[in-house]
Amino acid sequence: MTLDKLPIGKTAVIISVGGEGNLRCHLLDMGLIPHTEVSVRKAAPLGDPIEIYLRGYTMTIRKDDAAKIEIRLKEEV
Amino acid sequence: MVIALVGNQNCGKTTLFNQLTGSNQHVGNFPGVTVEHKMGEITGYKNYRLVDLPGIYSIRPYSGEEKVTRNFIIDEKPDAIINIADATNIERNLYLTLQLIEMGKPMVLALNMMDELLGNHGSVDIKLLSERLGIPVVPISAAKNDGVDELMQVVSETAQKKQKPRRIDFCSAGPVHRCIHTVSHVVEDHADRIGVPSRFAATRVIEADEDIIDSLKLSENELELIEHAVVEMETESVLDRNAALADMRYRFIEAVCQECVIRAQESKEAQRSIKIDKVLTNKYLAIPMFIAIMAFTFWMTFSVVGQRLSDWLAMGIDRVTVVVDNALTAYGLNPTVQSLVIDGVFAGVGSILSFLPIIVVLFFFLAILEDTGYMSRVAFVMDKLLRKIGLSGRSFVPMLIGFGCSVPAIMATRTLSSERDRKMTMLLVPFMSCSAKIPIYAVFTAAFFPNNGALVMTLLYLGGIFVGIIAAMILNKTAFTGKPVPFVMELPNYRMPSLKSVLLLMWEKAWDFIRRAFTIIFVATIVIWFLQHFDAKLNVVSSDSTTSLLGIIGMWIAPVFAPLGFADWRVVTSLVTGLMAKEAVVSTLGVLLNVGTDALAGAIAGLFTMRSALSFLTFALLYTPCVAAISTIKRELNSTVKTVCVVVSQCCVAWLAAYIVYIIAGIIL
Repeated sequence: MTLDKLPIGKTAVIISVGGEGNLRCHLLDMGLIPHTEVSVRKAAPLGDPIEIYLRGYTMTIRKDDAAKIEIRLKEEV
Repeated sequence: MVIALVGNQNCGKTTLFNQLTGSNQHVGNFPGVTVEHKMGEITGYKNYRLVDLPGIYSIRPYSGEEKVTRNFIIDEKPDAIINIADATNIERNLYLTLQLIEMGKPMVLALNMMDELLGNHGSVDIKLLSERLGIPVVPISAAKNDGVDELMQVVSETAQKKQKPRRIDFCSAGPVHRCIHTVSHVVEDHADRIGVPSRFAATRVIEADEDIIDSLKLSENELELIEHAVVEMETESVLDRNAALADMRYRFIEAVCQECVIRAQESKEAQRSIKIDKVLTNKYLAIPMFIAIMAFTFWMTFSVVGQRLSDWLAMGIDRVTVVVDNALTAYGLNPTVQSLVIDGVFAGVGSILSFLPIIVVLFFFLAILEDTGYMSRVAFVMDKLLRKIGLSGRSFVPMLIGFGCSVPAIMATRTLSSERDRKMTMLLVPFMSCSAKIPIYAVFTAAFFPNNGALVMTLLYLGGIFVGIIAAMILNKTAFTGKPVPFVMELPNYRMPSLKSVLLLMWEKAWDFIRRAFTIIFVATIVIWFLQHFDAKLNVVSSDSTTSLLGIIGMWIAPVFAPLGFADWRVVTSLVTGLMAKEAVVSTLGVLLNVGTDALAGAIAGLFTMRSALSFLTFALLYTPCVAAISTIKRELNSTVKTVCVVVSQCCVAWLAAYIVYIIAGIIL
């Protein structure tokens, strides 16, 4: 599954960050690296971009870019 | 001593800068680039200059800002670095800290927002953190001015002793560790030569930082050795080079935080932000709320507070003008010189200065919206619309301000992080019809479209936006083909804006504007006055004369406008004086037609047909903005040639659009 498909309110663990060049490096620098937990907070009123939560802070990312991030749904405890 | 202030965006960097320097700050440009930086003398420390570097998340050259920071630290060799980090968001903030430590410069970590962390039952073992990182750590709360004195004591000590970070090695044994050490050995001599630590050079080379690789001047053989080591690391760690290094840093940070930091529970501030966002970025409420907030801002600025202050200021300037005028008459000054002082300088600079309160009030509100964190939400909400024209959500607010006044709108593009987006937004702002054009529309709709005034007005505004969209699409395909910087942006918690920051920002903008009013605009008013009052043989003529230089220019240019249906020299002259300020279009027409404002609508009815009135309005809507706006564009683009290109191309676009309107109107009407 990719991050853009993660339902709102659910948490997942990043498996890999795809894409290339600047964007990918920037995502890595922002802490979106494999094994990081990430959840989706909401989508913008027009459906895109989405608001995600990780490492104690909130950021926004476009769905196209989120589609490059491979994730695994975290089992509910 | 030069101290560099470095930190993430939204971590309170500007607040700390203001606390440390007070009002002793000024803006300067970095050599060679147009990214501006602020500098200031640190209060209470003689000869300590603080340089505010752009807010960044990493020194990997992702946009111009990271490059500026990296180059400043390498080339300008500051005596110490203050790295400010948000304690409530410590993991991501420390990522930059590790990269800075690798650079091996004397450095102090200022852990900001400690009050917020402690208030939510979190804590940091400062001593242990300092030991693990190998640099002094000082807890502060910039907004409350807590710990700032202690911070400066530690900073001055560190700078004087030239105390470098005690460790620069953050990898635990494993493939990444081996790779970094192999590469370090290879680049060691080269790194020494350009004066950077070999560890820093090694990680930059592994992360393929081309500027650094170039300046190291590695041999073919060495490059091969490095590539071999990197590939080996990639195979062993099953991560590519960039991910492997990011992973190494975050693993170190996670381990340190485990030891030193008790994380806050979901803080009150974060919970409050989520609640506020339930309304402000709500699926149905977000856009109405945004419209309401902006409408309130505009209403306050352009009618309640700003406009009223502007009117008072204009009244004050009028009074002074009358007093000076009378005094000069009593003194018996040469009437031409008197006219220069009164009609030229006082009228020209005075009319521009009366914009000042509007700008100050508008920036008061914008500073609050920015400092609270609302602007990021606007970008979040509006991104999808602007993506269609190759921009991101962040460009929305400057464009909106453009409907009020282009000058603060162009100034507001400063908040855009990408150079490409910034320039493109700047070029599009003038297409948003500014409020100074309203008098033109009012007179013309009264004269020609008394029953459809609102419709024509609406069409004009929409027309401006429409042409702006087309221009954006063309720019996107031609001048700005470069990849747009991806829209990945932090949404910070909402915070109370600091009064000091807001006031300092207002002061900065006001001062900037006043300085321009008395330099470029001052000269421009004198030039226009001169052209209006002298003929080709430099005899003094009355201001409505055809023989004045302005009249000659008007008649000379007039044929250009013949295809648009208005070749009368008086009309063309009014467009020329419109360069001063768009309101001047109407007042010049009044002077040249020798009628008061009330009779103007009747008088212009004889000069235009309905068809040519439409093309004139289109031209007035789109042609180049006033001197104040042009000088702002020049300042932001930092290039006279580019500014001239912008002005010329805007006039061409306006002519073309007016021509099309004239043709279509001929068919329909």
